[in-house]
Amino acid sequence: MSTAEIPKVAVDTAQGPETKAIGRWGSALRRLIRNPFAVAGMLILIMLVIVALAAPLLAPHDPNALDLDGALQPPGSPGHLLGSDELGRDTLSRLIYGSRISLTVGLIVVFIAGSIGMILGAISGYYGGLTDQVIMRVVDLLFAFPFLVLAIAVVSIVGHSLTNMMIVLGAVSWITYARLVRGLVLSLREQDFVIAARALGASDRRIIFNHILPNTLDVVIVQATFGVAAAILAASALSFLGMGAQPPTAEWGAMLSTAKKNMRNQPMLAIAPGMAIMITVLAINFVGDALRDALDPRLRH
Amino acid sequence: MFRYILTRLLLLIPLLIGVSLITFIMINVVPGDPISTQFGMDPRGVDPETINRLREELGLNDPLPVQYLNYLKDLLRGDMGTSITTKTPVTLEIKSRLPATVQLALAAMFLVLLVSIPLGILSALHRGSIIDRLSVGVALLGVSMPSFWLGIMLMLLFSLQLGWLPSAGRGDGTLTGSLRALILPAVTLAFGLMGLSTRIMRSSMLDVLDQDYMRTAHAKGLPPRRVVFRHGLRNAFIPVLTILGIQFASLLGGTVIIETIFAWPGIGRLAVNAIFRRDYPVIMGTVLIFSVTFLLVNLIVDILYTVVDPRIRLE
Repeated sequence: MSTAEIPKVAVDTAQGPETKAIGRWGSALRRLIRNPFAVAGMLILIMLVIVALAAPLLAPHDPNALDLDGALQPPGSPGHLLGSDELGRDTLSRLIYGSRISLTVGLIVVFIAGSIGMILGAISGYYGGLTDQVIMRVVDLLFAFPFLVLAIAVVSIVGHSLTNMMIVLGAVSWITYARLVRGLVLSLREQDFVIAARALGASDRRIIFNHILPNTLDVVIVQATFGVAAAILAASALSFLGMGAQPPTAEWGAMLSTAKKNMRNQPMLAIAPGMAIMITVLAINFVGDALRDALDPRLRH
Repeated sequence: MFRYILTRLLLLIPLLIGVSLITFIMINVVPGDPISTQFGMDPRGVDPETINRLREELGLNDPLPVQYLNYLKDLLRGDMGTSITTKTPVTLEIKSRLPATVQLALAAMFLVLLVSIPLGILSALHRGSIIDRLSVGVALLGVSMPSFWLGIMLMLLFSLQLGWLPSAGRGDGTLTGSLRALILPAVTLAFGLMGLSTRIMRSSMLDVLDQDYMRTAHAKGLPPRRVVFRHGLRNAFIPVLTILGIQFASLLGGTVIIETIFAWPGIGRLAVNAIFRRDYPVIMGTVLIFSVTFLLVNLIVDILYTVVDPRIRLE
């Protein structure tokens, strides 16, 4: 009876920082909703998600429906609020469907990069030694390439497509998370609750996934928020160059690329998709900034 | 100092070998080779004997490690191979394009410093003022606006609508012509970094303004301008330098896109063209040049620290 009780108490202490983290998140959220920029950013994002989910209901036309007689209509034409492109496709409908792609790309890229980065960073920081050396030298090596140049080169090799682009962007940007998490793990692994867990005979895997990684989450989430914004920008840039989403996919960067030919007559074709990208990224950055301030008030100026 | 630079240069060597190895592996693991590209996507109609002879000529029949070692050996002699599409040595291709990219990158860096140092200082000195809020706005736009869109918008306004500036190329060779051609691409390239470095300049200036030596300088009756520039700027500039060093990579990446938009005859455009033609040696050469430049710039930034702040001793 008494022998069973001792480890129970110890386990509770071992999980102490995690229960405290919930309190931190609660107060962070409270600080977040007091920040007008964060609220604006979140409202825009919620709207974008609704638009993306309800695209078939909201879009006035099929985004890929051709109408050569109704090509290059100016904004405000009947049936085409934002005009139509050189193939008569409705700009507004393509913008609405484009939100699906950009949001998905942003989330998937960060999910890939974050997962690889967190796991390798945790392994690197936790085990140290040769493992750490090897992983960190690879990270150094990848940091020696300008990000976009590396991404463009790899995408061009694996083939130009939306899926390939997402995988490559994820595979190229994990290094930021790895470096970040490794640094955090280096200090976390010396803390009492980790030592306690180890003393109780928890496996390395359990310590890393149940005790260490949850404590890196707040920093990683802030980084990931900015990561989504960066991924959307990079993805639209690659699609703009013709290396990401392929025609006739309604993707904002690809729309801009085709708009270039006709922008003298129909500037809205070029203005609209860029605005869409900018508003999305701006909203995410608002939330990211506020989240960082909320989670670490010391950083505020 | 000299020994530090030498060590840093030596440390570059394994990194450079790694960089060249990565580009080499990337390009060789994929299906599709330059021969089939040359004859269109379907090489079946071509005499197999000819294909084999071409492969032999290009060294494509050697085992991969041999191909890599040959590439590395040539590299050390400054030979990056020959472009498959234009038959020109890659080194020459890069050499003829390099000045355009360097010009563009330097012009952009100059613009960044020109705007962000004064704007950052003013924002710090007048916190919450219109200037401060304006610089927040510019910074947020800078990191949120896709550079290719900004470029197209500037082109739309200043070239197509107003007709003030050329929309493509490097100008007609005259000084005013070149400067006019440089404005739009340089502004586009600089914009994102401008906002960011203004914010860093501001927050680091704010830190410095609180320091005792600033109060001392004020107290001993130095003119405010001298306090800010002589005592403040020098100390506040280091974080900006760090950010500029790190962000130089994104500047280089940006040239790829901006050179494509403005038909700027630099390395970035060379890379994009090579990628669409699967011109392996040129892709490898440009990627290599980009990362070597990036690594060297970071070394220069580290050395600049000691110039800006002699307290930093390099080990």
